[in-house]
Amino acid sequence: MSAPNSNYDPVEVTALHADEVEQFRDAALEAISAATDLDQLRVVRTAHAGDRSPLALANREIGALPPQAKAEAGRRVGQARAAITAALQQREVELLAERDARILVDETVDVTLPWDRLPRGARHPLTTLQERIADVFVAMGYEVAEGPEVEAEWLNFDALNLDPDHPARTMQDTFWVESPESGVVLRTQTSPVQIRAMLTREPPIYIVCPGRTFRTDDLDATHTPVFHQVEGLVVDEGITMAHLKGTLDAFVGAMFGAGITSRIRPAYFPFTEPSAEVDLQCFVCGGASVGDPDNPCRTCNSEGWIEWGGCGVVNPRVLVACGIDPDRYSGFAFGIGIERTLMFRHDVRDMRDMVEGDVRFTLPFGTEI
Amino acid sequence: MRVPLSWLREYVDLPADESARAVGDALVRAGLEVETVESFGRDVEGPVLVGHVLAIDEFEASNGKTIRYCQVDVDEPQPRGIVCGATNFEVGDKVVVSLPGATLAGGFAITARKTYGHVSDGMICSVRELGIGNEHSGILVLDADAPVGAAAMENLGLRDDVLDIAVTPDRGYCFSVRGIAREAATAYDVAFHDPADVGRPAEVGRPAGAGNLVTPRPARLDDPTGCDRFVLCAVEGFDPNVRSPLSMRLRLMLAGMRPVSLAVDITNYLMLELGQPLHAYDADKLAGDVVVRRAAPGERFETLDHVVRTLEPADLLITDASGPIGLAGTMGGLLTEIDESSSNALIEAAHFGPVAVARMSRRHKLASEASRRFERGVDPELPPRAAARAAELLCEFGGGKVTGMSEADLGRAPVTITIAADHPDRVAGASYGRAVVVERLRQTGCSVSEDGGRLVVVPPSWRPDLTDPNDLAEEVIRLEGYDTVPSVLPRAPIGRGLTESQRSRRLVGRTLAGAGYVEVLNYPFVAPSVWDVLGAEPDDVRRHELRLANPMSEEEPLLRTSLLPGLFGAARRNLSRGTAEIALYEIGSVYLPTAGGHLTPPRLGVDRRPTNDELDQLLRALPDQPLHLAVVLAGERERPGWWGNGRAAQWSDAVDAIRVVATALRVEVSVAHASVAPWHPGRCAAISLGGTVIGHAGELHPRVVTELELPDRSCAAEIDLSALLDHAGGQVQAAPLSLFPVATQDVALVVSADVPAADVEAALRAGAGELLESVRLFDVYTGDQIEAGRRSLAYALRFRAPDRTLTADEATAAREAAVAEAARRVGAVLRA
Repeated sequence: MSAPNSNYDPVEVTALHADEVEQFRDAALEAISAATDLDQLRVVRTAHAGDRSPLALANREIGALPPQAKAEAGRRVGQARAAITAALQQREVELLAERDARILVDETVDVTLPWDRLPRGARHPLTTLQERIADVFVAMGYEVAEGPEVEAEWLNFDALNLDPDHPARTMQDTFWVESPESGVVLRTQTSPVQIRAMLTREPPIYIVCPGRTFRTDDLDATHTPVFHQVEGLVVDEGITMAHLKGTLDAFVGAMFGAGITSRIRPAYFPFTEPSAEVDLQCFVCGGASVGDPDNPCRTCNSEGWIEWGGCGVVNPRVLVACGIDPDRYSGFAFGIGIERTLMFRHDVRDMRDMVEGDVRFTLPFGTEI
Repeated sequence: MRVPLSWLREYVDLPADESARAVGDALVRAGLEVETVESFGRDVEGPVLVGHVLAIDEFEASNGKTIRYCQVDVDEPQPRGIVCGATNFEVGDKVVVSLPGATLAGGFAITARKTYGHVSDGMICSVRELGIGNEHSGILVLDADAPVGAAAMENLGLRDDVLDIAVTPDRGYCFSVRGIAREAATAYDVAFHDPADVGRPAEVGRPAGAGNLVTPRPARLDDPTGCDRFVLCAVEGFDPNVRSPLSMRLRLMLAGMRPVSLAVDITNYLMLELGQPLHAYDADKLAGDVVVRRAAPGERFETLDHVVRTLEPADLLITDASGPIGLAGTMGGLLTEIDESSSNALIEAAHFGPVAVARMSRRHKLASEASRRFERGVDPELPPRAAARAAELLCEFGGGKVTGMSEADLGRAPVTITIAADHPDRVAGASYGRAVVVERLRQTGCSVSEDGGRLVVVPPSWRPDLTDPNDLAEEVIRLEGYDTVPSVLPRAPIGRGLTESQRSRRLVGRTLAGAGYVEVLNYPFVAPSVWDVLGAEPDDVRRHELRLANPMSEEEPLLRTSLLPGLFGAARRNLSRGTAEIALYEIGSVYLPTAGGHLTPPRLGVDRRPTNDELDQLLRALPDQPLHLAVVLAGERERPGWWGNGRAAQWSDAVDAIRVVATALRVEVSVAHASVAPWHPGRCAAISLGGTVIGHAGELHPRVVTELELPDRSCAAEIDLSALLDHAGGQVQAAPLSLFPVATQDVALVVSADVPAADVEAALRAGAGELLESVRLFDVYTGDQIEAGRRSLAYALRFRAPDRTLTADEATAAREAAVAEAARRVGAVLRA
């Protein structure tokens, strides 16, 4: 309201006497000190400092006083109102402190009362571990490739340099869909996803393939017919075993801590040549338990290394079957078992716990691993 | 392959003090899988001597056992009296005697003790007690020339170490002492003495030229694809009762084979030593020429394991005039086997094709020591050498005479591999250099000649696995050591991260976990009865399942078309283990056979990329495999406690699970009543996406709940998650926020009880116009104040304009329009 005061009261008012102002002030100060809680203080504030309090009304009248009285009245009313405001502030501080000290204490509850009204959930550690591994590679620029579980025999075996009479086919006990001649299997490995990728993508190819796989093993503490793998595949110009080793070292470091390295040992897989087994330096003892019978390591059986997976240089025959020029491109691939990784990384003693769906197993893993 | 270290040392000059474990480690570095290194006979201590059995007093004990009280000379002034329960030895035999004070395998201490009425002053030892085998084959009878009174363990070779090596399919040559000794020699850089070079009997000349046969029995090869080399060697007049020498029996036992008879032991021994499977026929049981041929349809044959097998035309047979006498490279026939009275043997050593043997072995589910070797490839140069050595040993130990040898040899095409000299370097990413490459290849037995910058490599006869340049690279890198390969991280191109679908799937899991669900991962195998149990109609499409040819369990041969059976099982398992509140979810594939029935994919080659048409055909044979999402709920959804009552899980929780997921994925689903197994027909919601039903949710049918032994009122939901994911990830367009006040108006509408709330809400939304901000049903009432068959639905309507404060009249008009539309569409009446 910046407009000039237009409701000038032409009726001459009585000037406030000095002692009246003091009375109002004293009454206010008394009421303020008599207020015993914040609610009372709020009432007192309205009565003595509100818009309709005596001093507020008196203040309004000052404008109507003759000029010679204005200054004096203004000073007196102003001082009184300032005193009241200060008293209110001080009293409020006192009462707030008192409330904090007394009333809030009275409202104390037992915060240790349990609150388990709503159930807690969790994701399966086999799921979250696959994701975590995938994330390591995605951060390096890889992409996650996927494929179906019921798979063409050609993609699961033939294209991977496992011809129908290859002895390695009997190494992998295959579930056949409908009949052994159907040409359709439950994939025994996630490698057919690599084949699918090579058939449909142009190099450079940098992928990881997590997924569920199947072999006719009976369920026991260390085997399950339905299990999970993560495989990686790189096809690019000039790729060597050294690149494989560097990638495994980076992977191991990301999963088990910086400084933990990998080791490769000669092995045989039809789809890679040369082939290797991957060992992981024991991330618990770091190899310190080797030859120290007083401090055995259960994670690595005091061997210093943990067998982890298989890998190798992509067999050029596999590249040919996928239409990739083996004279221009080379590649490497590796694969690890998720169940086994979960076992040694989290000290799971029995693989059946991962299979049976007992929530007591899964809940402690939460939603990320 | 179990290899006694003493056997290995016979052919490779290992350092004398090298431990078995160290040898094992060296072989591991060379790329062999050494699974275990075991010691035998090392925990036997004290006086364990060679004894000579002087007398045996055999009697029947009161417990019915036959017991022997023996007098045994151990080169002491007096023979010792020893009680023995075994009967496989005779007076005059040499045996191992442990005297009081000795400790046998497993810490078994020997004392003089009274038993069966005699004081037994020691013990006559069995193989098992000496810790060199697990067999209960009775007393170990020694060679006749064993020195009486000598310390047995030290002097008879009863202490040894065994390396157990897993042989990979590419290393057939390592299924022999010969192959492993060669690797050990390379690993230690010491001399290797090839056991295949041990000479053959002087009186037998090897025939020159393929197919040039000599007496006694001609052999003929009718199928060159199955067998390209076949050698027969006849030995006559050996003593069938003579025992194989102790050293041979010990090595057989340590290698995991059971000594049988001299002729059989020799064939097994040489198979282990050379890698060449051999078979000894009783020559007197054979008739006419020996012919290697494929089987006639329906032909039958009884193998050594007493199984009568019906043969197929692809089976490769050894036959004589009487018919089959052996499954080539797999197992011999029962009727022609060497028995305890055989004294004339015909020894067979052949080179059978890996494919022929592998197929036959698989077809007859018959894996033998021989078939395992032939499948992986046997050195084709071995048959004449192995047959000759077998004959020689049979003569040496059994006193026979070699009477003839015949051979058919069709020859083999030589393999030559040409590589760039730096090929191994480029595969490894290391710098070995030409000299190292050539040297390492020669160590594997290859002959290498240099042709400019290239190497022309001819692999040795025992390495049929070496066919490609990378095979040679692996040999070089392996022998140099994989640890010499450097570690270099390749630089991947910039990736695109996870796909929308991959991110969404993670989000679904996190959302459900946040809502209190626990993920389970069930096997996809189901029983044929499952849809009967779940009350599905006979024509329910979910009954159309794929079947496994070789299921884990005959009870569950089918592949799931729904996640529910597995989830119900997991729920039951948790309940039985004491978890009362069940909220489980699973995300997984189901397998839906293609509409036209099962298709067989084309047989494609691997010498080139298949054409796109061929690939399409291949993929068309595969079933549709969408991801499904399912939940199951039982017991309390909210627990009772100091805060008040709990709340049992109900149909709406199941529907909400789907809604929560859809919301997280920003997909709008609609819900309508449905009646589908296994749900309660009155409490089942169909979930739709863009007019297509993608799943169902609600309370389970009471009969199903009873049948599955789940708690009453258990609930479940299942949707086609792939369909949902296809629509997920739509980009949100942010709407401007109105800062003007909201006007709230409540209406209670009475409608017929069978009008779905979703329809009422849709009518209100349509009628209220664009001022409507939200509609929320906050009460449902049926009872005294409402006519029977009708119910009252109370809604809170919130109105807001983007550009002004709404007047009361405007809000009321909008509400009235909403009510009018509800009246028009579903006959709603404002509640009085």
